[in-house]
Amino acid sequence: MTDQWSVAGRSFTSRLIVGTGKYKDFEQNAAAVAASGAQIVTVAVRRVNVSDRTAPMLTDYIDPKKITYLPNTAGCFNADDAIRTLRLAREAGGWDLVKLEVLGEAKTLYPNMRETLEATEVLAKEGFLPMVYCVDDPIAAKQLEDAGAVAIMPLGAPIGSGLGIQNRVTIRLIVEGASVPVLVDAGVGTASDAAVAMELGCDGVLMNTAIAEAKDPVRMARAMKLAVEAGRDAYLSGRMGQRRYADPSSPLAGLI
Amino acid sequence: MVSIILNGDERQVRSGSIADLVASLGLDVKKVAVERNREIVPRSTLADVALAEGDALEIVHFVGGGC
Repeated sequence: MTDQWSVAGRSFTSRLIVGTGKYKDFEQNAAAVAASGAQIVTVAVRRVNVSDRTAPMLTDYIDPKKITYLPNTAGCFNADDAIRTLRLAREAGGWDLVKLEVLGEAKTLYPNMRETLEATEVLAKEGFLPMVYCVDDPIAAKQLEDAGAVAIMPLGAPIGSGLGIQNRVTIRLIVEGASVPVLVDAGVGTASDAAVAMELGCDGVLMNTAIAEAKDPVRMARAMKLAVEAGRDAYLSGRMGQRRYADPSSPLAGLI
Repeated sequence: MVSIILNGDERQVRSGSIADLVASLGLDVKKVAVERNREIVPRSTLADVALAEGDALEIVHFVGGGC
């Protein structure tokens, strides 16, 4: 029985999307991606270093033919910059499935939702398939969906914070209200956080720092793969109800 | 020679097409995207667009990055 999810008509068996930043080197990054089982990696778009042309390139280590590249707009603080970045990304790689994030401030890296909504509308009109980083607000999530988002990606906690899912209720409300995939984007710190996201019914989880800043990133990548799978299975199996008092697991009859 | 702004820095480069410039920088044209004066230049037309004095070019590629 294969469990898969689809975004904008593309199907994947792995529900873990990983970033490609903050690693020691490209070798470690590639090993972590392999251990995570991820079929999608998110990548940034930046100016080519025109004075050092020998610098290695990400594409030499993570093959875009085997792993889906999801260009992102990390570092963009307004809709115009984000749209411009993704137009370049589409030209560079030919991909229309993109990760939109329009940040509000450097301190929290919380999204600017007004600019995010505006950019989503423009991108959708231009034929992009935007997966959108957003606040964990069920109303904002619906607005994004109406604007053309192909996936809703609420933060669990601030980007790079490792604080885990801060508000399970709002994440669950988004999952229940959405008709597109919901992926927790940002805030995961360790494996149990990823499992929580999946147990809430999310379609997937995106993370970068939790793997890259672990002392052993490759091992953590494997832990995240297992946590996402475990959380998904737990969600699908329908967990037991919670009680306030004990309920013995052994029969009371036949006690000596 | 023409004077252009390349990735934010002023540079003197040989006259020619954008494709010539990309090649002279040692870049693989298949791995980059070019924007000229805030308009995308499709890869298929890079050889047809001549550099003009004062052009602002951005040449970008994919790098590691998360959120």
